[in-house]
Amino acid sequence: MRRDEEGLSEIVRTVARETLAVILVYGLGLAFYGHLTPGGGFPGGVCAACGLVMAVLASGNRSGFVAAIRGRVAALEAFGALGYLGVAALGWTAGQFMQSSLPRGTPFTPEGAPFLVILNLAVLLKVGAGLFAGFAALVAFGREAPPAGGGEGRA
Amino acid sequence: MERFLPLFTAVPLLAGFACLLLKRAAPRAAPALSVASMATLLLLASAAAIRGEEGVAFAGGWGVRSSGEGSFVAGIALVLDGLSRLFLLLVAVVGTASAVFALRYLAPEEGLPLFHVLFNLLVAGMNGALLAGDLFNLYVFLEVASLASVGLVAWRTGGAEVEAALKYLVLGTLSSAAILLGITVLYAATGFLNMADLSVAVSGGAVPRVPLLLAAGLFVAGFGMKTAAMPFHAWLPDAHPSAPAPISAMLSGLLIKTLGIYALLRVLPVVTGMDGDLRAVLTALGLLSMWGGVLLAQAQDDLKRILAYHSVSQMGYVLVAVACGTWLGVAAGIFHAVNHGLFKSALFLSSGSLERVAGTRRLSGMGGLFRRAPATSAGLLGACLSISGVPPFNGFWSKLLILVALLSAGQPAMAGLAAGAALMTLVTFVKVQRKALFGPLPARLEGAREVPASMFLPVLALVLLCLASGLLWPAGVDGLVGSAADAVASPDGGPGAVRAYVERVHGGGPR
Amino acid sequence: MILYALVLVLLGLGIHGLLAKRNLLKKIIALAILDYGVNLLLIVVGYRAGGGAPILLPGEDPAAFARGSVDPLPQALVLTSIVIGLGVTMLLVAMALRLHQRYGTLDVDRMDRLRG
Repeated sequence: MRRDEEGLSEIVRTVARETLAVILVYGLGLAFYGHLTPGGGFPGGVCAACGLVMAVLASGNRSGFVAAIRGRVAALEAFGALGYLGVAALGWTAGQFMQSSLPRGTPFTPEGAPFLVILNLAVLLKVGAGLFAGFAALVAFGREAPPAGGGEGRA
Repeated sequence: MERFLPLFTAVPLLAGFACLLLKRAAPRAAPALSVASMATLLLLASAAAIRGEEGVAFAGGWGVRSSGEGSFVAGIALVLDGLSRLFLLLVAVVGTASAVFALRYLAPEEGLPLFHVLFNLLVAGMNGALLAGDLFNLYVFLEVASLASVGLVAWRTGGAEVEAALKYLVLGTLSSAAILLGITVLYAATGFLNMADLSVAVSGGAVPRVPLLLAAGLFVAGFGMKTAAMPFHAWLPDAHPSAPAPISAMLSGLLIKTLGIYALLRVLPVVTGMDGDLRAVLTALGLLSMWGGVLLAQAQDDLKRILAYHSVSQMGYVLVAVACGTWLGVAAGIFHAVNHGLFKSALFLSSGSLERVAGTRRLSGMGGLFRRAPATSAGLLGACLSISGVPPFNGFWSKLLILVALLSAGQPAMAGLAAGAALMTLVTFVKVQRKALFGPLPARLEGAREVPASMFLPVLALVLLCLASGLLWPAGVDGLVGSAADAVASPDGGPGAVRAYVERVHGGGPR
Repeated sequence: MILYALVLVLLGLGIHGLLAKRNLLKKIIALAILDYGVNLLLIVVGYRAGGGAPILLPGEDPAAFARGSVDPLPQALVLTSIVIGLGVTMLLVAMALRLHQRYGTLDVDRMDRLRG
């Protein structure tokens, strides 16, 4: 077994496994309440991606699974980007690009501004998947022989 | 038209991320998506150019606000005027040709959708930079375009090309840092990022001169590096030949102009004004590139490196012409930049075809290819005539216009130097033709065959455009170039052009 | 004033590292330091001594708010520029990895085209 497939000690692996869910939920929460508190899709995405990176570092890259899921992560990133563009284009059909065309809701309440919530979740996907895809690309680069594709994972 | 402005970046972004999403499900869709998005852009850009559209779009329904001290722009503005219209059209034309060329040039393989993701991001970045109404958006789109171009330069390579891409990225990041530093200095001095607001603040005279000069110097260095003007040119002859042919065409034909020349033309007059010292610096840069590029090109044997050094040289002409400061000089510079975009992309595309036909990029390994690949050779021949300034191709007219502008600005010595460099260009390309297309056919190339039609047709279309832009000068071309020059300088030499820009921005959008 | 001096130090360190270091990874770090210098300058430009967080609460007087808080615009710009810097660094590291596979070293003097 290669060095990078082993992962770290049992203690670190257990702690990483137990905290991963908490970190992911925290990231999601940052994005969900991004229109009310400091935070939003970007910090949420960074948080989620860091949790995933931590999990991979702790448990090791078993039989190169990071490289295997790289394509799916990239697809997720594209989904987030298209979602953001979709909301922006929805505003375009209603008059101005990037304008809210969804119901506005009451300001300063959790259910206010559904448009911003969707945008934040799209950014969460884009940033989280993008950062993790970048990490995965670097991991995969270290394992496979050249040549491989150009730069992926741009946040 | 204002409503359609965001589409210039939204369409390629949409196509790019759709390619990424469909990477596994429909990998064959990616090239078609690229062609479709470029064709849409071509449609939009020609509609804007034919109808002479101008306008401002504000993202998210923001607009111009008034305060006690005058009006200012709140939010992000996209500005379409004569200059951005012409360059948008150029991006769409060259982008379409490159996308069609790439259909058969790049073999279908697993990673091909990623190529098209980066290709579309590159176009989105350039279009965004052309439409940006404020400095920071200009910077962001510029970075999007340069990062995508680095990925494309390093495409499918393991060795020497990665080094070229690395050098390109390091120097590109350095120039971006200079540009961002310049933006910061201007923001600190004026408190504005929007170019119209900045121009009002600067022309009001309340801004001290030191930060303005510092910012202008940083912009000249930063955008000069993006243009690959001579002391900053080191990355271009390595980076442009390393990329696949359609990308070399995009980089040499478009990127150095949209991120370099266009940005200089947009930022300097609006923000700091073209004063005498600045013009002297630009002239020096231009002269150095004009002669340095053409001299270094003489020593090369690799066809793509010759073309790359000539890009440096031709950008020198543009800089020298623009540095005249007169309306005629600006118009000649813009016309030459556009012409260079057409013929240099045709040259790079046909260098890709020739590489396919002859199996090498070295001129010493070619010869007599006209009989084996007539369509490709005709394309290369036309583009060569155009870049060497042979009438009636467009290169002749724009070089003539540059000479006239230099003479009428009272710089006969400069005009003589420019004419000399043009002669040297002619010498290089006569050599290219004689070695590659005519002469004896090496025994190795007996079996050489013509490339598929989807590869020579885009080149021929670009060459036809070169011919048309040379012949149809009075029928529309002068209007396009003239209105582009109007956006930068006014015929009477006064600040009218900048004032018109400010009025256009402050007069548009919801209040 | 100390912060402006720090900006200059960071810029100088970045340029020095970029020119003088032979290790590719150190050059990449130098480039990142240069970026941080520019970002720090942006933040310093928008800072106001004793200014509060730029969040306009309901019922607050806009004029007083504008006088008493730091400029939020450079902060937004810096966030964007940090993200761009991240993308650049990632791409640089990926390419350095490739070159390391090819040459077995990160010393630029031993690479063909990066010399000088």
